[in-house]
Amino acid sequence: MLGILELGYKLLVNDRPKFFALLVGITFAVFLMIEMTSLFSGAMYRASSTVTNIGAKMWVMDPAVQAVANTIPLPDYVLDEVRSAAGVKFAVPLYSGGALVKLRDGTYQSVTVVGLDDESLFGRPELIEGDIENIFAENGFIVVKDAEFDKLENPAIGAEFELNEHLGRIVGIAHVATSGLFGVPTLYTTFNRAREYIPNSRFTISYVLVEPKSPTDAAGIKRQVAAMGYVALTQEEFDQRISTFYIYQTGFGINLLLMTAISFIVGLSISGQTYYTFILENLDKFGALKAIGAKGYELVAMILFQAVFVALTGLGLGIGACALMIWLAKLYLPSYAAMMTYGGLGLAFGMVMVIAGISGYAGIRKVLRIDPFDIFRG
Amino acid sequence: MTMVEAAIESSGLTRWFGEGETRTYAVRDFSFTAYFGEILYIVGPSGSGKTTLLSMISGILRPNSGTVTIEGIDIWRLDDNALAAFRLSKIGFVFQDYHLFPRLSAAENAAIPLILRRRRWDESVAEAERDLDVVGLKSRANLLPVKLSGGEQQRVAIARALVGRPDILVLDEPTASLDGETGRSILTFLRKSILTDRRCIVIVTHDPRILDLANRIITMEDGRLVRIEERTPGEV
Repeated sequence: MLGILELGYKLLVNDRPKFFALLVGITFAVFLMIEMTSLFSGAMYRASSTVTNIGAKMWVMDPAVQAVANTIPLPDYVLDEVRSAAGVKFAVPLYSGGALVKLRDGTYQSVTVVGLDDESLFGRPELIEGDIENIFAENGFIVVKDAEFDKLENPAIGAEFELNEHLGRIVGIAHVATSGLFGVPTLYTTFNRAREYIPNSRFTISYVLVEPKSPTDAAGIKRQVAAMGYVALTQEEFDQRISTFYIYQTGFGINLLLMTAISFIVGLSISGQTYYTFILENLDKFGALKAIGAKGYELVAMILFQAVFVALTGLGLGIGACALMIWLAKLYLPSYAAMMTYGGLGLAFGMVMVIAGISGYAGIRKVLRIDPFDIFRG
Repeated sequence: MTMVEAAIESSGLTRWFGEGETRTYAVRDFSFTAYFGEILYIVGPSGSGKTTLLSMISGILRPNSGTVTIEGIDIWRLDDNALAAFRLSKIGFVFQDYHLFPRLSAAENAAIPLILRRRRWDESVAEAERDLDVVGLKSRANLLPVKLSGGEQQRVAIARALVGRPDILVLDEPTASLDGETGRSILTFLRKSILTDRRCIVIVTHDPRILDLANRIITMEDGRLVRIEERTPGEV
């Protein structure tokens, strides 16, 4: 079998124009598919940035909350009731909201303000400059140094700004796992300062963060919170809810899915058509091979090998090209959200195998149908 | 040269195409024997059934009735895979249009039967180069078919047919695309260098310029055997 596979390899790569066209088709399709899925993954990861950065095991919220930024404030008694629920080790409030910062040049910049529980500072970021205790200092804010940092004019410790006509002062510079989706800088402060500085409705708690006594307590906590008329989600469930919102409620996911499907169709069209032409051009030779003594399953193996070889080579090139492009993009655009995931790579692999299968199937049908007698008849 | 042992025995071979009113008989009740050590020509006008007959006796086209026995084996009783393996080991084919792979070198084209027999690529190509030497093309072994003349391509096709050391060589119109001198030189080469006591060469042709190189000539008309001539091959 190895010999006929080697024959298939030589027939394929020696026909350089077609081999190149096949590779370009598959590589281009893989590039687009992975780019689309990477953009999607990156955007979803960033859409859940607050959830990821805070790192609470469970989040209590209004059932109508669909994304972390669309908070519906909770009454204070919810915090008390959650704290007294069975299986809860501790529960703290979290404030998450938007505000406008007035910069020194008089312009305004939107920011996300995260207010941490004054007692525990649960969910505090990792500081790269300053001391976390200074968050309690007068007007103290910690700024996140991420891709959006320069929108606040790269503030140093001690820098002052105006937030809703309140004075703010940078007391620390932090690093977080991921930036937000919408390209706005993030400021951390205490829960009480956040609700003091930012206009709010009667209720001010955005989320109640819960630490269960053990992982097995999560189900019980969910039931008790549901009985209060609210919902408690694990970190993974909240991430999933946010993804579902962006996929189905914003059109974002559908558009990316469409682009991925179009990439697949482009790849299938180019490679399928080129490979089919390759088979047609060599059809009489395949017939001659059958006449000489090649068995049907050997020809099937040869064609599948050719299709899979092209597919895997194109997959590798496409992944490499996409990784290179994302790396270059992030060099010049630090806020570029694309993120390659095993899921995206797996999807591309699966789709490329489908392209190989369909292209190979068309060739196999043609080759198996050719009658060696036709070779004699000319 | 003695012709004693039968290489191919066919009996009552019949093949038709189409059904009902459109049924056309290509070969009717055709029986003959080809022997080792002979060059047997099958001649006749276009449409007389030569190619159909050749296809049936070489295991390519299943007859509607009749048998083909090669070395004691009724080949049409074999299943498809066994028949393919039989063709690969016993029969060498030279097609009218050669059917060489355009992107493989002459040696690689000639090595294909060995590769199909699961021999290693390098070893097969090396052995094919020796057969290209036999057909006088050693210096052209690494060229692509497009770089070769018609006669040279024909010789590559012959080398491909010979490389597996088949007992039976089947050639379909081997001189159809060649000028008279080249065609004759190839047939002369086959008689001098390829034909042995353990090999039978069957050639379909309607080229009168090479008829004198045959041991026997079977003439067909309308799918039927008209006559068999025994000849003394001309001076080579």
